[in-house]
Amino acid sequence: MKLTEKHQEYWSKNLRLTAVLLAVWFVATFVVIWFAKELNEIVIAGFPFAFYMGAQGALIIYVVVIWYYARRMNQMDKDYGVHEGED
Amino acid sequence: MTTQSNSAFFNQLKRYYTFYTGGFIAFVIVLAILEQMGVSNTVLGYIFLAATIALYAGIGIMSKTADVSEYYVAGRRVPALFNGMATGADWMSAASFIGMAGTLYASGYDGLAFVMGWTGGYVLVALFLAPYLRKFGQFTIPDFLGARYGGNLPRAIGVIAAIICSFVYVVAQIYGVGLITSRFTGLEFAIGVYAGLIGILVCSFLGGMRAVTWTQVAQYIILIIAYLIPVVWLSVQITGNPVPQVAYGQALQKVTAKEKELNDPNSALGAAELTVRAIHKEKAAEWGEKIKTLEAAVAAGNGAAFHAEQKGKVEQKLVDLKAAVPVDEKAVKGAEKDLKDFPPDIDKLKAKWKAAEAGAKGKAGNVPGHATAFAGKGAEKKLMKEAEAKGETPSAEAIAKAKAEDQKASNDKRNNFIALVLCLMVGTASLPHILMRYYTTPSVREARVSVFWSLFFIFLLYFTAPALAVLAKYVVYHDLVGSSFATLPAWVSNWQAVDASLMKIVDMNKDGIIQLAEITIGGDLIVLATPEIAGLPYVISGLVAAGGLAAALSTADGLLLTIANALSHDVYYKMIDPHASTMRRLSISKALLLVVAVAAAYTASLKPGDILFLVGAAFSLAASAFFPALVLGVFWKRANYLGAVIGMLAGLGLCMYYMYMTYPFFGGVPANEWFAIKPIAAGVFGMPAGFLGVIIGSLISSAPSKEIQDLVNHVRYPSLEGDIDTKGA
Repeated sequence: MKLTEKHQEYWSKNLRLTAVLLAVWFVATFVVIWFAKELNEIVIAGFPFAFYMGAQGALIIYVVVIWYYARRMNQMDKDYGVHEGED
Repeated sequence: MTTQSNSAFFNQLKRYYTFYTGGFIAFVIVLAILEQMGVSNTVLGYIFLAATIALYAGIGIMSKTADVSEYYVAGRRVPALFNGMATGADWMSAASFIGMAGTLYASGYDGLAFVMGWTGGYVLVALFLAPYLRKFGQFTIPDFLGARYGGNLPRAIGVIAAIICSFVYVVAQIYGVGLITSRFTGLEFAIGVYAGLIGILVCSFLGGMRAVTWTQVAQYIILIIAYLIPVVWLSVQITGNPVPQVAYGQALQKVTAKEKELNDPNSALGAAELTVRAIHKEKAAEWGEKIKTLEAAVAAGNGAAFHAEQKGKVEQKLVDLKAAVPVDEKAVKGAEKDLKDFPPDIDKLKAKWKAAEAGAKGKAGNVPGHATAFAGKGAEKKLMKEAEAKGETPSAEAIAKAKAEDQKASNDKRNNFIALVLCLMVGTASLPHILMRYYTTPSVREARVSVFWSLFFIFLLYFTAPALAVLAKYVVYHDLVGSSFATLPAWVSNWQAVDASLMKIVDMNKDGIIQLAEITIGGDLIVLATPEIAGLPYVISGLVAAGGLAAALSTADGLLLTIANALSHDVYYKMIDPHASTMRRLSISKALLLVVAVAAAYTASLKPGDILFLVGAAFSLAASAFFPALVLGVFWKRANYLGAVIGMLAGLGLCMYYMYMTYPFFGGVPANEWFAIKPIAAGVFGMPAGFLGVIIGSLISSAPSKEIQDLVNHVRYPSLEGDIDTKGA
């Protein structure tokens, strides 16, 4: 089994995507919690912001992050010719 | 092996489950009609439980199999969407279904740690584990550890960790099954446990993962319908908007306004609350005195005598009540229950009294804000109030000290919240029964999409729970508080009669008006009573019970299978007898399943109250033991045998040590805490230890062999030319 340069590129792109999405996850979760007291001063449609993020906002972001990762990686598999056959 | 293409199979499944969902709804409608015709609630409860368990059994029998791949990984042809539903049911336990909204009701913002923790973990599953494990594609999580790190030791440690985490968890599920069955049918708790056990076994025993998968899909459909219907209805009634997740914002605003009023001594409501709080304060002081005498007796070595004396008082009270003329039946029953539930030893008695003291103390204070994050302990407020009463102004020094105290309490809360969220997330991404599910999809790309569907289906319930908590609070604060004891709503008196630990309401200050501090609500009540609060017929309550049962059974199924597979596949087949025939492997697996299930049911039937606390601990343990070795196994080629062994032992070891030192259940004391982190979040120390262990252990020994490095490449690319094959038998 030999890895070509293209394979290396696929993997480093994957790592970059993983890192970016992990950063989104981190901000939506831990940065918001850290500043929860301050962010709760902002009230939108009846919801203090940090409370809303914990109850629903962060969850929506998680779902979108995973959806985006699956879409992006499945496309990248094809672009780099490492996708699976139809079995 | 597959006789039909994946898309044809998918369409066929879609047809089956659409038909099934329609059938289930029709079934509920028929029961609703029966209810109108006067069929009693108990009968409806029986029909619901019997029908759903028979349904799961039917799917289990239809899916029976003697094929190893079908038994362990459902033939690896579960489409992403259906695997998502199965994972959702696998994941959401009785605690999520029944307990979550109650936790949020009681602790407001601070309870959101569970909502975030139990969903955000799927980001980690998607990014770090699911696609790679799918490509590796064997049967269990210890399989991966064994292949990636070589040798039996990493596999064995994995097996032990998997069993510890899964066993406490499965006991809690079976406990939940027992509770639901006994509450809705009136059967004895222990009988409920064994009845539920049969429901669990008929699925997993005959068809392994295959049967469990298709049952879990069916269970997901029931549980989500059961959760959403009452909440949507309640939302329409309170806000006029059928989307509770959006509408509860206005309810939250009203709740917050009411909290302010209740805490304002100058308002009528606030003044009435104060009188009740004063009574709670006295009670707390009384309990404090009692605990002091108890402690003094223990210190003098008279613990046993003191315990006997206290028990004697309860016995005497029962005798007196029975002798009274006329006999007060209700009081006698209550005293009999008190005697039956009397703590068996002095330590338990102390714990009970301490809990009573804490309960009274909690009610003696202000109403906490639902959306408030990390409130301090109110030292500054207390200082100002006391000084005002004395007519003095406190010194600047004293104010600064009180402020610092508040700040510290608030910071400790925030740190614990962050630590808990992290442990729950990483634990989610490390629990074998969840990771195992991603072995069952047809391909890596389906595994990725499947994580999306999993979280989506879990999300449906989790982002509804905070709305339900606020809506329920709205009802209690607006409809209950301030109304008269003479006109209690029916749901209040009903639940008070069923179980006083769920709903208790006493006119403490004898003013005939309900104050908030006079109401005691158990967490489970919120979900269980929602149909009645919303004015829905009893059949919906039965539906909710069926949903809770589905949540508990599906999780228990997945966990039992994980334990039995770890023992039969990893220990027996891989370590003891690698030449065992297929027949023999499956019969060993089924025999073990039976043994583990009975052991778990027996443990649950003893009602180990403490086990419920241990469930949270399972996440910390899983996070510390598995996550570093699994993730570095994929992302760091240099990680090797020694690293994995040291990392897993260090993570698991430190985590257990910390719990042992700080958790009262194990005889630990909170004074041993590091950075005031609670034992439930011990994984926050175990995880770094695990990562460090893997890194140091790997660096001080030689790099892994070429074969192992090839294996890492193999899992990183969905398809490679000249690839090795890890699919195995």
